[in-house]
Amino acid sequence: MSDFWEGIQQAIWLLLTQDAHLMEITLRSLRVTLSALIISCLIALPLGAILAVRRFKYRRLIISTLNALMGLPPVVVGLIVYILLSRSGPFGVLGLLFTTHAMVIAQVIIITPLIASIAHNSLRELWSEYHDLLISMNTSKWQRVKTLLWDGRRALMTASLAGFGRAIGEVGAIMIVGGNIDHATRVLTTAISLETSKGDFALALALGFVLIALALAVNLTTHWLAQTEREGRW
Amino acid sequence: MFPMTASDLSIKICKKHIIGPINLTINEGGITVLMGPNGAGKTTLLKALHGIIRLATGQVIFETPATAAQKQQSFVFQSPIMLRRSSLENLAYPLIINGEDKQNAMNRARSWATKIGLSAHMERPAHFLSGGEKQKIALARALITSPQLLFLDEPTASLDGATTVEIEALLTEAQSTGTTIIMSTHNIGQARRIANSVIFMKDGQVDAHLTADAFFDKPPTEAAQKFIAGDIVL
Repeated sequence: MSDFWEGIQQAIWLLLTQDAHLMEITLRSLRVTLSALIISCLIALPLGAILAVRRFKYRRLIISTLNALMGLPPVVVGLIVYILLSRSGPFGVLGLLFTTHAMVIAQVIIITPLIASIAHNSLRELWSEYHDLLISMNTSKWQRVKTLLWDGRRALMTASLAGFGRAIGEVGAIMIVGGNIDHATRVLTTAISLETSKGDFALALALGFVLIALALAVNLTTHWLAQTEREGRW
Repeated sequence: MFPMTASDLSIKICKKHIIGPINLTINEGGITVLMGPNGAGKTTLLKALHGIIRLATGQVIFETPATAAQKQQSFVFQSPIMLRRSSLENLAYPLIINGEDKQNAMNRARSWATKIGLSAHMERPAHFLSGGEKQKIALARALITSPQLLFLDEPTASLDGATTVEIEALLTEAQSTGTTIIMSTHNIGQARRIANSVIFMKDGQVDAHLTADAFFDKPPTEAAQKFIAGDIVL
């Protein structure tokens, strides 16, 4: 129990003094996660909208695959990305292994199906509401996708935040492809893992509290967005 | 664009025969009212003529090519479909998707808002308006592009008398400025007030198609006579 209180005290102290190491790790965590989130959103949101609006061969197969990939084990993703990026792998020449780029790639693979699947479910509902109107207005397929993406923006924001929550707390895959190198690829989750194995529970807890604070901020934002949606404020 | 001719038009939904074969011609101008008991196929015929449901057999022919004719049509649904946007953006939407400058579109939408007496509600999300207000927005949104042909599916069903009068005034004005109107209604009084011609439907077939005066003076079929007399038509 003393480790717990010590962890809280140390977390407060590290935050108050803006500890350089903590800040570096936290900022790297945010940078990697936000980069992965932006790339994933660029792929997943239009994909979700296209799957909602268009009927084509293999559409159901793609939706089923996306749903299945939501439960993809991160460690397996890490292993596959490791093999692909390792020196003997097909993309070894790019020299990306043990860099933050590799971590971003792994996170993109993990969260894209999650965001696409949530986005598709929300936009499918919106499309069933809009279908007759947009068809009767003679809109092009691209105009339909654009309209759904804009009018479904709150639901898409929630989907993105779910992706952010999954990515920021990810440890298995980024440990494998990033290597947890100090001042290079160490992020909050891998640092917690390292400090725990070293027996420095206070620092591990301090880092954990920062991670929880970030996750809480995401959840509160999601909750706030849902509230503004109900009140129709944006 | 006119005359619009439907030849051997029939509709099947899930392999079940719904309407047809129907042959009819609609000439330019005036208000044609579609009447008949529930399940007669009025909504299905309107949607088929507008081209938003697939025909099982037959075709709808305009004097102009189909794509050009499609752009000259609008449709108002029985339950108004509102985009999840402000009322003003709902009004401006058809103009914007047709490539009109956003500022111009907004200005035209504002002048329509004043015309339908809803200028005070323009910044509110359209979902928060009453049923009658939504239907007025839907009608103004359909008329804002000055369509040559306007379809309405029971636009005043479940609306109060005052709103019904406002909507009928807008329809009469649109008709006088060159819009040909085809609308379904259960309201015999409304048909008497605004119809120039009547199509009476029964069991998925056109039972009678003649001028409104002739229809109300001397209903040509037994079913039409019963319907006008307020008897139940089976």
